[in-house]
Amino acid sequence: MKKKRFFELYGGYIFVAPWLLGFILLTLIPFICLLYFSFTDYNMFTSPVFAGLKNYIEIVTQDEKFIISLTVTFIYALISVPLKLIAALLVAVLLKQKRRGIGIYRTLFYIPSIIGGSVAVSVMWRNLFSRDGAVNALIEALTGINADISWVADPNTALGSLILMSIWQFGSPMLIFLAGLKNISTSYYEAAKVDGANSIQCFFKITLPLLSPIIFFNLVMQMINGFMTFTQGLVVTNGGPMNRTLFYQLYVYQQGFEDFNMGYASALSCIMFVIVLILTLFVFKSSDAWVYYESGGKK
Amino acid sequence: MKKKKTLGSVAFHLVCILFALTALYPIIWMLSSSLKDSSQVFVDAGNLIPWDFKIENYVKGWSGFGGISFSTFFSNTFFVVLLCVLGTVVICPLVAYGFARLNFKGKNLCFFTVLISLMLPGQIVMIPQYIMFNELGWLDTYLPLIVPTWFGTAFFIFQHMQFIRSIPAELDEAAYLDGAGKFTVYTRVILPLIRPSIATSVIFQFYWKWEDFFGPLIYLTSPKKYTVSVALKLFSDPSSMTDWGAMFAMSVASLIPPVLLFFFFQKNIVGGLSAGAVKG
Repeated sequence: MKKKRFFELYGGYIFVAPWLLGFILLTLIPFICLLYFSFTDYNMFTSPVFAGLKNYIEIVTQDEKFIISLTVTFIYALISVPLKLIAALLVAVLLKQKRRGIGIYRTLFYIPSIIGGSVAVSVMWRNLFSRDGAVNALIEALTGINADISWVADPNTALGSLILMSIWQFGSPMLIFLAGLKNISTSYYEAAKVDGANSIQCFFKITLPLLSPIIFFNLVMQMINGFMTFTQGLVVTNGGPMNRTLFYQLYVYQQGFEDFNMGYASALSCIMFVIVLILTLFVFKSSDAWVYYESGGKK
Repeated sequence: MKKKKTLGSVAFHLVCILFALTALYPIIWMLSSSLKDSSQVFVDAGNLIPWDFKIENYVKGWSGFGGISFSTFFSNTFFVVLLCVLGTVVICPLVAYGFARLNFKGKNLCFFTVLISLMLPGQIVMIPQYIMFNELGWLDTYLPLIVPTWFGTAFFIFQHMQFIRSIPAELDEAAYLDGAGKFTVYTRVILPLIRPSIATSVIFQFYWKWEDFFGPLIYLTSPKKYTVSVALKLFSDPSSMTDWGAMFAMSVASLIPPVLLFFFFQKNIVGGLSAGAVKG
């Protein structure tokens, strides 16, 4: 009998054990190590030497690339995420209508997203926006102007072409919006129509408020993704020209895996951790003001 | 009235087709470039029709570099991806069942670790993980890529939990009354019912591991162990690359498995993506 009671209380652990073990081994312990390494000099060939706050002081006071990569990452996330979500929402509203061929359009719009993170797409983008690439050929065909510029190699346009690449992959948030739109009861729209509201009023007064929890979900997810951008920065532009596309993760990679400054790279990672944490908390806090839950209560 | 309706419909399709063309243009361009002669790719970049139709690009590209062909890179990738998918299928539903249906002391704290992992990007701990795998002597093996998936992935655990919660608990209770134990309920009642959710996790894990670039980049050092993504990066380096046709051909080839998977399992993808956000 006693044995059975023990199983009632703790039997669940057998099922969740793999996860807990993995969390401890692959997240918790590495995280503690990360904190420790960030206070050391460590190049992987000799054992770590405790250095106190040296890495952090150097990052904040002397490291130009730290400021540059942080700025690049913020500009990238702050411009690409809202634009991507707006595109996703507009297309979702368009596809909500009951018309023939919706399924095909949905598929076509989603294709860029399923392949978007791959190296092949980055290679493609690099060539598409090069001096002799198809973008310039298209511009010339449409306007007659020969834009003699390599969009990915010019310091003024390189980051812009990567932002465009991110917006191009609006498929995942679009599908999530689409599912959310289907959950909004049509009775709201019918009632508004009776009261004489037009479709633009309906969008701002019904659709947006009721969709706000999902906008919020997409915002958090896309923002975190934006801060972790790596492949595009390495393959399309390799951080250049003149560090204009030096994403933060790319800089951590250069410090850690090209120069083997593991202590320094750990300190950089810790700073990113704090930034992501603050931003996530900020988005959560501010969501009270603009996220509307139908049930009335807080979630 | 009817005329207005058809007009609206025409406008709708026009907008959609225009949008679809913009979205697909880069991909069509890559496909067509992969069939052009290397000397022609950038001479008439605006032309989408590959008049020479050079299928040889694929043959030449497939022979790879340094004496290693893309057959090696593709089979390496399939090996890694399939083992990752297997781990995901075995472990994630098990953990999700534990969290969604069983009660045990300290469950909330345990579940909190899933939420943390959902919110915080794993790249933060890549440096200590790398050092750890180095200490274990796992560098230049596939273990650092595969083993973590055998401990469960927070995203899929959460997704399965949402799915399990929509199954009436009476089904479990009926089975318990018939004398079934927890594990029997899991294998006989829950597992068959969450098959759609498992299918979704298979597809997404396949995508993520197929296009994973960072892991193979830092863990694999000998070229014959490379996965497609790392091989393609090397193959396409602007400094060493002049055979544009072959490079585009291999880029296209690397996209074929995920695109095929997408067309076969579209329904699961759409359902799965929305499940986490909308039901949660």
